[in-house]
Amino acid sequence: MTFNPASFAAQVAALLIVLGALHKPLGIYMARVFEGKTSSRPERLFYRLAGIDAGTDQTWSVYLRSVLAFSAVSILAVFGLQRLQGVLPGSGSLPGVDPWIAMNTAISFVTNTNWQTYVPEATVGIFVQMCLLAVQNFLSAAVGVVVAVALIRGIARTRTQRLGNFWVDLARTSFRLLLPLAFVAAVVMVLGGVVQNFWPTDVTNQASGVSQIIPGGPVASQEAIKILGTNGGGYFNANSAHPFENPNALISIFEVFLILLIPSALPYAFGRMVGDQRQGYTVAAVMGTLWLASVSLMGWAVAAGQGTATAAAGGLGEGFEQRFGPVPSAIFATSTTLTSTGAVNVAHDSLPPLAGGVAMVNMMLGEVAPGGTGSGLYGLLILSIISVFIAGLMVGRTPEYLGKKIGPTEMKLAAMYILVTPTLVLALAGITVLLPEAMVNAPATGPHQFSEVLYAFTSGANNNGSAFGGITTSGPYLSVMMGLAMLLGRFLPIVLVLALAGSLARQGKVPASAGTVPTHGPLFGGLLLGVTVIMTALSYFPALALGPLAEGLLK
Amino acid sequence: MNTLTGYLRQAGTALRFLLFATLVLGVAYPLAVFGIGQLIAPYQANGSILKDSSGAPAASALIVQAAANDSGVQDPRWFHARPSAVKWDPASSSASNLGPNDQKLLDAVTTNRSEVAAAEGVGAAAVPPDAVTASGSGLDPDISPAYAQLQIARVAAANGLSTDAVASLVQQHTSSGLAAFLGQPSVNVTALNLAVAAAARPSQPAQSK
Repeated sequence: MTFNPASFAAQVAALLIVLGALHKPLGIYMARVFEGKTSSRPERLFYRLAGIDAGTDQTWSVYLRSVLAFSAVSILAVFGLQRLQGVLPGSGSLPGVDPWIAMNTAISFVTNTNWQTYVPEATVGIFVQMCLLAVQNFLSAAVGVVVAVALIRGIARTRTQRLGNFWVDLARTSFRLLLPLAFVAAVVMVLGGVVQNFWPTDVTNQASGVSQIIPGGPVASQEAIKILGTNGGGYFNANSAHPFENPNALISIFEVFLILLIPSALPYAFGRMVGDQRQGYTVAAVMGTLWLASVSLMGWAVAAGQGTATAAAGGLGEGFEQRFGPVPSAIFATSTTLTSTGAVNVAHDSLPPLAGGVAMVNMMLGEVAPGGTGSGLYGLLILSIISVFIAGLMVGRTPEYLGKKIGPTEMKLAAMYILVTPTLVLALAGITVLLPEAMVNAPATGPHQFSEVLYAFTSGANNNGSAFGGITTSGPYLSVMMGLAMLLGRFLPIVLVLALAGSLARQGKVPASAGTVPTHGPLFGGLLLGVTVIMTALSYFPALALGPLAEGLLK
Repeated sequence: MNTLTGYLRQAGTALRFLLFATLVLGVAYPLAVFGIGQLIAPYQANGSILKDSSGAPAASALIVQAAANDSGVQDPRWFHARPSAVKWDPASSSASNLGPNDQKLLDAVTTNRSEVAAAEGVGAAAVPPDAVTASGSGLDPDISPAYAQLQIARVAAANGLSTDAVASLVQQHTSSGLAAFLGQPSVNVTALNLAVAAAARPSQPAQSK
């Protein structure tokens, strides 16, 4: 399989053009959804049924309590109903899901990670897929978006305790934004060959005598939101490499487009909501630059095709689908790890070592280019606050961000946010490599074995969900450790972001002065880019050196 | 106490929100997509099922179909699919998940290369990478045009067809246009083998769909 540079350049350019054209209309639409004052008739019915008083405006702590209560209830419901699968209808003859796997899966889908320690074909039936997992694909994506919206309101509002109503934000994001987009995407996918039925089909080839049971299921409806909501949990074990999830190269690039669609339009909504469009453009430009740099690096690393087994095969092939080959695989692998998606159309474990390394670095950047739905934007806004702080140190002035003073409270929250994921990744991976009983679950040898463990915890703590699939995490120890990584990696940052939003909302606006560092334009964009990359490099370089760099540079 | 009742109230709202959202997102939405799919694209929505000359479902155009014995050796009468980590069984799907420097992968590739070379009667150097490597899904229905070319002589002889006739079938089942440009040109082995079977028994032509 050869790497076609013309195809690569055409697809990268097409993505940038289409997303560039759509980010403004979609951004305007999203801002309207978030700032809307009226509810439609079905929404009012929904609020009445759910017992929501749509008129209340919550303080940050109540908003946070709602996020946590909703997520806790979701985890318990998804866990409990998986355990009851054997007695529930719509699951064929499948028994209740193993408790460790059910626990890991419940956390995984509620945290927008979609790490899959289970083999879907053998573990979960239509009921669990459609009514539990796909529903969390909507709701966990919406939770990410509403937390970002609360932070934007914290920046935009002055002298208030109020950040909005979590339940209303969640319902609007789910029903007005995600549902219509997912519906259109699902119909396109069906037209492209993605399955959407409720039964398997028995086939027999009379000439060769082969009989097969071709699987069915509500795949397109789940695939659409899995991709659009940057979730990534596949209906099938092979995820977006499975022909029924991703039947051809056109659908593959369409899926990449859907992955990037909402995260790349959120900066425009941000600019509109804070009343300064230049802020949104700067954030979007940083995201775009990082994505372009990463996809180029990934393309190069895949095309280089290092590896002794790859050389023995005469080129790339292991883990690749013939209908895709290296170009769609490289573009997909970059986009899925620079967001919190984690869907894969190529086996990441079999990628050339440095390409696997690029995938890890993408997640280690905090998934901010353009990042998960909502989580990418709030991640980059935190990094913007760190950047104005560093710029403030250089010029000797109190740092401000969009008219809000970045004082000790704000900086402590931002700094803790930055520390959460590296701490989780390095501590949990470090503990795991010391336990021989755990390491037997990563059957590779040498640096690649370390890479499998590092990749797993990087993916878990950053709520990505892709894997170096050689590792098996269904046993109690790794189920629990990965569950912890996903849970803390999702909710500690959310606690800090909402606390920060509350603290910013209380302040009045400081008028810009000669000493204010402008947070738009190429100068600040460059600073933000530098801070993002340097933070990641400082945190993770030693770990990367032991894994993908060692494997890629020594052989 | 105040906080506790606050949490309980929030949990109650959460449970009701989850329940009613599930009715919309987990029931109505997939059923709507199902309805539209069955209406406008039943062939794709039901798994792109190919039928044989008698009209019975014979295969899915998107899923590999390999006639292999228990030890994984594919029937010489048909075009061979790529190696599969799930033995071409659509009840499951997986890659090998072996690293690019893994000794087990190196051994598998080396074995596959000599087996393919022997099966096609060509030198080991003529065997293309897709013929010796397992796909990402294990259900990849496609092979490279180069691997198809290697197999034409064997399949033609086994089915009593001319190599020209088989080469033309390969041509017909090779992807082209935008899909081939975005991805790479590929030969669909599942559909190709049905076409070969139909050509070998010309009285009963295969019909797709």
